[in-house]
Amino acid sequence: MTSFLTSRRMRGGLTGVAVAAMVLTTAACGGTTRGEDEGSDAGAEATASADPDAEIPADLAFAFLPKQLNNPYFDIAAEGAESAVAEVEGELNVTGPSEASASSQVSYINTLTQQGAEVILTSANDPNAICSALDQARSGGAKVVTFDSDTDPECRDLFISQATSEGIAQAQIDIMAEQIGGSGQVAILSATANATNQNAWIALMEEYAAEEYPDMEIVATVYGDDEDEKSFQETQGLLQTYPDLKGIISPTTVGIAAAARYLSGSEYKGQVALTGLGTPNQMREFVKDGTVTAFALWNPEELGYLAAYAGAALAAGQITGEEGETFEAGELGEYTIEADGTVVLGEPTTFDADNIDDFDF
Amino acid sequence: MAVDTAPATPAGQAPAQRPQGPSRLRLLGTGDGVITFVLVAFLLVAGFTVEGFASSRNTGFLLLDVVVIMLIALPLTLVIVTGEIDLSVASTVGLTSAVMGQLWFSGLPLELIIPICLLLGAFLGAVNGFLVTRLGLPSLAVTIGTLALYRGLAFVVLGDRAVADFPRSWTGWALSSIGTTGIPVVVVPLLVLVVLTGVVLHATPIGRSLYAMGNSEDAARFSGIGVERTKFWLFVVTGAVAALGGIYWTLRYGSARADNAQGLELQVIAAILLGGVSIFGGSGGLVGVIAGALLLGSLRNALQLVNVPSDVLNIVTGVLLIIAVVTPQVAAAVRGRRRPRGRPAAP
Repeated sequence: MTSFLTSRRMRGGLTGVAVAAMVLTTAACGGTTRGEDEGSDAGAEATASADPDAEIPADLAFAFLPKQLNNPYFDIAAEGAESAVAEVEGELNVTGPSEASASSQVSYINTLTQQGAEVILTSANDPNAICSALDQARSGGAKVVTFDSDTDPECRDLFISQATSEGIAQAQIDIMAEQIGGSGQVAILSATANATNQNAWIALMEEYAAEEYPDMEIVATVYGDDEDEKSFQETQGLLQTYPDLKGIISPTTVGIAAAARYLSGSEYKGQVALTGLGTPNQMREFVKDGTVTAFALWNPEELGYLAAYAGAALAAGQITGEEGETFEAGELGEYTIEADGTVVLGEPTTFDADNIDDFDF
Repeated sequence: MAVDTAPATPAGQAPAQRPQGPSRLRLLGTGDGVITFVLVAFLLVAGFTVEGFASSRNTGFLLLDVVVIMLIALPLTLVIVTGEIDLSVASTVGLTSAVMGQLWFSGLPLELIIPICLLLGAFLGAVNGFLVTRLGLPSLAVTIGTLALYRGLAFVVLGDRAVADFPRSWTGWALSSIGTTGIPVVVVPLLVLVVLTGVVLHATPIGRSLYAMGNSEDAARFSGIGVERTKFWLFVVTGAVAALGGIYWTLRYGSARADNAQGLELQVIAAILLGGVSIFGGSGGLVGVIAGALLLGSLRNALQLVNVPSDVLNIVTGVLLIIAVVTPQVAAAVRGRRRPRGRPAAP
């Protein structure tokens, strides 16, 4: 009896698994969803040639996939995308992982492919890990626009660059040089050690500083991993390690805010200059209390807005992503596609006590 | 006191009408049937109600997301059945990925890199096994340590770099599917390993000895089971299989990075516990574990398709896991209360 019961239980389990396998297999064989077959045609069509006068179709399905959700920077970019999508009468779906690891975006891209998204706006956590997923999305007919952090150029249609990397690097070094008189020890507080854009800027900053300000010495680069507490501690560590430090550059919004918070409550306030990339709302109090004189940033809202318009232009067939093509981006005006399918938003804006109250993001 | 239920009453003496013999029941995994039923029910409901769930492409996406979890769950189930744990598996994946990237970068052929990585995994597992079985340290503490240690080493090896120029033929294979079914090719070798593990766990003396260790290590030792030796080799195998997972992970994402698979250990353990394996060892079965992994994967997939935000997804997974762990405890408590009342009827 015992053996009968237990083996029945086991048989029940095995049958269940067999049924599960069958369900999966039948699911695998049948069933068509939106985008699955209409997609491949669309993809083939669009690659034909650009028609600058094409209308942007209404009800385009836009997806906004940031590096991670609940990140203030991407929330603002999403707002920009939201207004652009509203202007072209499309629909926007904001989705994404809760942690910014290399592969965490993949299953979200797969989901978007499955849902038949027509335009995907994304900032890549890793330039390669999401490539094959994006390929599948594109062969399903989606147009892929990366912004903020690019993928391998082969895997997307366009990249919206927040500013040229040179422009960003030079703006920060120039602000710092002005504040410390062009000489002295400077340290960099970055985000994670493998952030593509951070590393590119840091390299360019070092290069530009060496050329323009030979007396400025970049003594260290530390990583706050875009975590408030870690960035705070790293700032503390820098000031202890380098007693002669004249300034800190933090090209990340989390880092600069944490560093400003540390400086404003320490003896170094006003003694050690701090600049970098920050948002006006985060930095307002530190500019007002004199901890920070000036910092830079492009407007992430405009970045999201431009990315959405670029996606709309691609989906409409106004552009194909070739160098030299132009498109209209609503109130931002006309943009031209540069080499490698890159569109540059513009020069970064410098924020200081005079203009910070004009911005709310 | 239900003392007399546990000892070795010959099976024949047990009253025929009562499914006694808790140890035999445990052998086959009490949770298997329930969790498999839940999985089937969920697949049916999702298939009919969630747009885009039941399609070949989505099946492929779903399975690709769970293969590594399932793969590592196989040896880890055995480890957990013996009452131990290995939390370092995801870090082993990361370190293997980093080493694989570094070796590829330095010009070695993949045919050589893969065996090196597997050996590395076995070695990392052996370190765990040595610390646990030779030095007698608790596996929870040891593998929390090696979780940090192996991940740290991964960053030493590859730093902030990513190696991504693996040959298309290999990375393409990692993603390819069988014909037009959408089922990834890699499911085939995985199934072989599933069957192999299932046979070892449920149909060999080794498997029975694992349950014995999980139920009572001393009793197992007195009955002549080489507890330390078996556990040591379990850790070695777990390391090697995690390395295999690391190799596949690297090819599947086409990117070798030190932070690959960060946090994966929790997903693997979640699948195992959801599958009805007791975290204290001694009970559970492989069928349940496979069903648990598939259930977690398809749940996430379906919820994503209906645009449930990732934070809510984590909450759902967490709640589900707690239910899975609590239910058998409650059931046991209920059984425990009933037993004394039923007792007088027994001869």
